[in-house]
Amino acid sequence: MAADRIFGVVMIVLALGYILSAMNIQTSFMSDPVGPRVFPYMVAGVIILCSLVMLLRPDPNANWPAPMMALKIGAALTVLVGYALLIRPMGFIIPTAIASAAISYMISPRPVPAALAGLGLGTGLFVLFKVVLGLGLVAFPRGWF
Amino acid sequence: MDILSNLALGFSIALSPWTLFLALIGCFVGTIIGCLPGLGPSNGVALLIPISFSLGLDAISALVLLTSVYYGAMYGGRISSILLNIPGDEPAMMTTLDGYPMARQGRAGDALVISGVASFYGAVIATVGLMFLAPMLSRVAFQFGPAEYFALYMLAFCTLGGVGSNNQAKAAMAAAIGLGIAMIGLDKTTGMPRFTFGELHLMDGIDFLVAIVGLFAVAEVFHFIESHGKNSAIGVKLGKIRIPWGDLRKSQGAMARGTGIGFVAGILPGAGASLGSFLAYMAEKSVSKNRANFGKGAPEGVAAPEAGNNAAAGGALIPMLTLGVPGSGTTAVLLALLLTLNITPGPLLFTEKPDVVWSLIAALLIANIMLLVMNVPMVKVFVKILSVPSWVLLPGVTMVAFVGIYSLTGSSFDMLLMVAFGLLGWICRKLDIPTVPIILGILLGNAMEDNLRRAMVLSNGDWTYLFSSGISVALWTAAVLGFVAPMFLRRVLKKPPLPATESYDRD
Repeated sequence: MAADRIFGVVMIVLALGYILSAMNIQTSFMSDPVGPRVFPYMVAGVIILCSLVMLLRPDPNANWPAPMMALKIGAALTVLVGYALLIRPMGFIIPTAIASAAISYMISPRPVPAALAGLGLGTGLFVLFKVVLGLGLVAFPRGWF
Repeated sequence: MDILSNLALGFSIALSPWTLFLALIGCFVGTIIGCLPGLGPSNGVALLIPISFSLGLDAISALVLLTSVYYGAMYGGRISSILLNIPGDEPAMMTTLDGYPMARQGRAGDALVISGVASFYGAVIATVGLMFLAPMLSRVAFQFGPAEYFALYMLAFCTLGGVGSNNQAKAAMAAAIGLGIAMIGLDKTTGMPRFTFGELHLMDGIDFLVAIVGLFAVAEVFHFIESHGKNSAIGVKLGKIRIPWGDLRKSQGAMARGTGIGFVAGILPGAGASLGSFLAYMAEKSVSKNRANFGKGAPEGVAAPEAGNNAAAGGALIPMLTLGVPGSGTTAVLLALLLTLNITPGPLLFTEKPDVVWSLIAALLIANIMLLVMNVPMVKVFVKILSVPSWVLLPGVTMVAFVGIYSLTGSSFDMLLMVAFGLLGWICRKLDIPTVPIILGILLGNAMEDNLRRAMVLSNGDWTYLFSSGISVALWTAAVLGFVAPMFLRRVLKKPPLPATESYDRD
């Protein structure tokens, strides 16, 4: 119940922001009869309508994660964001090994298999993608070797 | 015969050693993807598009590789349904109903063979159907103007929302979110930036591959961590594989009916393979003489949904290729593939690029023969792969998702965006909001707006033009029906409950 309502409210706010942003789209002098604003308005209208339905007739509550689990999802999110930021400066192998070990540990909390999975995936995927498939990956940070 | 000469052209391209090799790889990888729980045809193909694109494959090679993966995943889905009672992908859900009980009775091998043959039967007939129907439909599609295309997109969103989800408002919301995201970037007509907030990365819009990999693959990782991915140990022993001729003969009718129903369900926009296998199973259950055995390990109950979902996979290619409107999540992903390869599906595809279309069809036929060989005598290889533990598999999938996007765009911004889409996908799944309409919205949004605006240019701003031709009125009517009718039908057609894993596990 609450989840649907919260989502509905968030989406209404976002849709209003979307409309506001659409009002500032500049049109050039040689535009078509519809112009670049109308379709976004229509889309935002549909979102608001659907949000209202969700507010008024919410589905039964979803199973939301317990605090511990929410923490775990947050940790997974942090790992993925960190990985996305580090893969360019740090090369492929080290961030991949760390990130896959971390995710592996979250699924099955045993340190040794997780570390092995990380090492194996970090090197194995590098060999697969770089050597076998020839994608342009950098193994280590520049200047290490 | 036009079709035969076209097909000969297709085979002349598709029978080269290189394409045969790609088809073999694709079938093998696809079957693995299909049988691994949590990875299905849509996220499997989504993961592989960026990689095959970075490999620099030409259009036909990439198409052969990834459609082989697509069909392979449709075949592979049944393996974990039968052995683990976990559908390898959504369309394989119905196969658990009789496949798992058969496996519990020590007939896992028989169930795998019957379902493999049924998959082959459904897929081949559907491919033949595709050869005949697609050129016909593309001739009709020639008469489509912008107003008709706009109505057609509405139809796709409405039926997808109506048939494919439990709550119309949420499905429509998802479609609108996707359309809203598609608006980001430069407006094609006026060249003005929209919703970019001065961010240079957003000028080109959001790459739909980033959204697809995020929503399908990364979201799965979050879901898996939360659901704790019950470690999938194989509960059923697989004996020597024999061919159960008797059961195959008995389930011939089931395969034929399943194929027909699945094929039609596949053609309908928005319905796709899940509905195909569902309807095929329900229909078979109501006409079969062996009715009492359904749910307890009836071979017909394995044959019908498998024939149905593979036939639907073939049928779903028809609207995707001829109209550019996908009918399901996986065909949406295949549409993304075509757009990445700079091939615009539509009626012109058949006249302007017959080599692409017909080599694709030839490749589908070849892939099916390879898959039959792989999935009947060699099924044990895949059963071995199923025992890869999830704590190796899931990190691997995540990393492949990142590698794909990284090698495609090389930007951290796009990888962060992918993670954000992953989170969105996880939240949507929690709230029971379908994600396929989001993808479809992102894919079709610009074309939909473009057609609306071109229609308005033609009519000089008169909105009634949208309903002015017979075809468009028919499409609008179908759209409204497709959105509204399921609300009433849902009460009549209840999904049967999954077989009781828990009670089996405890004994």
